[in-house]
Amino acid sequence: MVKKLDKVDAVTVGVGWTGGIIAAELAKEGLNVVGLERGSDRDTEDFQMIHDEYRYAVRYGLMQDTSKETLTFRNKPDERALPMRQLGSFLPGEGVGGAGDHWNGQTWRFLPYDFQIKSETDKEYGEDKLSEDYTLQDWGITYDELEPYFYKFEQTAGISGEENPLGAPRENDYPTGPMKSSPILDRFKEAAKNLELHPFQMPSANLSEQYENPDGETINACQYCGFCERFGCEYGAKSSPNVTVIPTAMKTGNFELRTDSNVVEVLHENGKATGVRYVDVKTGEEFEQPADVVVLTSYVLNNTRLLLQSEIGEPYDPETGEGVIGKNYCYQITAGADGYFENEKFNTFMGAGSLGATVDDFNGNNFDHTDLDFIHGGSLSITQTGRRPIESNPIPKDTPKWGKEFKEQSLHYFNRSLSVSAEGASMPHRNNYLSLDENYKDAYGNPLLKLTYDFTEQDRNLHKYLSEKAADILHEMGADIVEENEISEHYDIVPYQTTHNTGGVIMGGDPETSAVNNYSQMWDMDNLFVVGASAFAHNSGYNPTGTLGALAYRAAEGIIKFLDEGGQLVQADKNSQLV
Amino acid sequence: MADESKGTKISRRKFVKNSGYVAGGVVGGGLIGSLLGVNFGGTEQTSTAPAQETKFNQALMYFTRQADFNTLGAATERIFPTDDNGPGALELGVPYFIDHQLAGAYGNNDNEYMQGPFYTGTPFQGYQSALKRHEIFMQGIRALDRESEANFNDSFTNLEEEQQDEILQSFEADEVELKGVTSSEFFEMLRTATLAGAYSDPLYGGNDDMEGWKMKEYPGSQMSYINEIEDDDFKEIEPSALNEHL
Repeated sequence: MVKKLDKVDAVTVGVGWTGGIIAAELAKEGLNVVGLERGSDRDTEDFQMIHDEYRYAVRYGLMQDTSKETLTFRNKPDERALPMRQLGSFLPGEGVGGAGDHWNGQTWRFLPYDFQIKSETDKEYGEDKLSEDYTLQDWGITYDELEPYFYKFEQTAGISGEENPLGAPRENDYPTGPMKSSPILDRFKEAAKNLELHPFQMPSANLSEQYENPDGETINACQYCGFCERFGCEYGAKSSPNVTVIPTAMKTGNFELRTDSNVVEVLHENGKATGVRYVDVKTGEEFEQPADVVVLTSYVLNNTRLLLQSEIGEPYDPETGEGVIGKNYCYQITAGADGYFENEKFNTFMGAGSLGATVDDFNGNNFDHTDLDFIHGGSLSITQTGRRPIESNPIPKDTPKWGKEFKEQSLHYFNRSLSVSAEGASMPHRNNYLSLDENYKDAYGNPLLKLTYDFTEQDRNLHKYLSEKAADILHEMGADIVEENEISEHYDIVPYQTTHNTGGVIMGGDPETSAVNNYSQMWDMDNLFVVGASAFAHNSGYNPTGTLGALAYRAAEGIIKFLDEGGQLVQADKNSQLV
Repeated sequence: MADESKGTKISRRKFVKNSGYVAGGVVGGGLIGSLLGVNFGGTEQTSTAPAQETKFNQALMYFTRQADFNTLGAATERIFPTDDNGPGALELGVPYFIDHQLAGAYGNNDNEYMQGPFYTGTPFQGYQSALKRHEIFMQGIRALDRESEANFNDSFTNLEEEQQDEILQSFEADEVELKGVTSSEFFEMLRTATLAGAYSDPLYGGNDDMEGWKMKEYPGSQMSYINEIEDDDFKEIEPSALNEHL
């Protein structure tokens, strides 16, 4: 028996950054919002024992419980997909705040080039730069249109930073100044300058000073304790939904946060969403929450899965190239190099998730690709996130992985090695996509999402290029041994790489090739909005959170407009931008 | 106080070496149990050192046969041996760490997808065993002994270090037949669990007295580095554990 609840103006599925932003903006307008979160309640006071590498970084204390729900994976469409039985390659969140609790806080704006990548690439390098297998397309919005929303997210989160000489142009300074630098960062900046590159301090949600945001929420000053990545912040000094948008929504009295509520279906009739069906994970009871507007604000993967499961939109078919739900899944290429210093020790155990320095000289279209066999690029950074002893055992290649020599070398280099790493942009490929699995089900009896993904030639070429550039910087920094990263034969679901999964419900100007318009409104269902990195038509050379924050603020504006006016908020562009 | 504690450590380490256990000498299970359980942390070692409490949390929560536990201990010691830098897996309490982990969420794959059907995947699809970790450890540890008997006519704990390494290498290279899991998967689990036991917060029963952190010059759980983050010199900081956060 499904219990039907009273109708609300809007219901969100998932309460992390995007769900929190939607809730705060709508609730401030006087609209009543219910936020459904499959995980438990969680706040700063839950992080008092957070300095525990084993519980949180190794055993994934804050992440998704894969015993209930995971995905299946294969490299190629003709392989058998098997469940990702334990987390590895990426770490989706669960619980109030979502992955926004355990992010590092590196907060970027994608480049103007990103939003018009297809037209810009064609204009500069001709239409044959990439083969037809790469389903590259514009986003149906320009950077200039998105700029105010980027700033709005940066203001909410109090981002600390300084001007990026090669980044997207800014109308305003960052709300707070850059974090302190450190000898490690200084060393990188000096080497980069010697190589005629343009280093700057990484923009950060680990705040350089105590800050009150425009909603009146206070975020504290970072203590550089070295526990950001995979951890919550015990100081409330890392911007998260829990210390910003969720309390803002709560204060209005118009927002109800409902935890332990796992949404299994978007309900719809005659092309209109009517609400969602969810299961109370503690009791097994089922509920129907009717709403005027349904907003999917869960992680990339679950946003896509709920649409497929609810039979909304046309599923993507890699053979015909038709359909859009599940299309353009992208990841990132984690290139880079390691440097070993014989006679120097660094305080690598200190730091913060976004304590870093970056050069953008090899990102986007900041360099000439005429003679290169790839497009786009990546940001190259050194970060001092707080090196931890269980998972960090830096050893030069050819050192054994255990035993006497391993112990000797890993102790020796723990504080004598540094890495320069790239976040390489990932371009969409026709064979990289999301669909529903035919064989495996979640704890509630619904099919798991199936990921079909492999690295492409574009990825390999980009990886090699960026790793060489990272090695150049480490040589200039004075490392005695420099080793470039190597890309694996195929994408491997096991080792951690990055939690920057994107795509599946992509944004564009044309309903034939995209799922949502530039307000994150479904082309196929006016009162259904799908918000998050699932909207990215490709992945860039930066962390995605700044861009998904901007899109969420844009979506909130759209939802408010829709509740007022109804209908499609954007006129579809009939010219397909697909290659 | 710190000096005295260091002195105790050194004598303790010598004691381990002299016992012949680390070198692979013949020691019975009962004796090892008492060595690890009482004498290593016991009060009778030195008359000058301050009295140390018996570690009552050093007892077996998962393993039922001490022989299995001793094989586990000897294998972890080969992965992370005692050397001039400091203690190895045994003295750090790694076997107790693993025993306790196998009894809980880790050993029972509580947060992992364990529904079938099970198939062998490609090397890129990850762990696909129907077995839980505690079953894999138990099977793998018994197989270490079986292989030792087959190759050297003796139990794993009684082998020379080089022989123990040879056995472990054969597991690592997938040369040993196990049921429902490959020997390299078991070995990788054993290796990562050993490192976790050497370096996790001492609250879990390993990293005894934070010696793992001290060797690595890692200060553990510090509240803040805001006053040091900009300094040029390397900071040698006495480690701190989560116990201090209570």
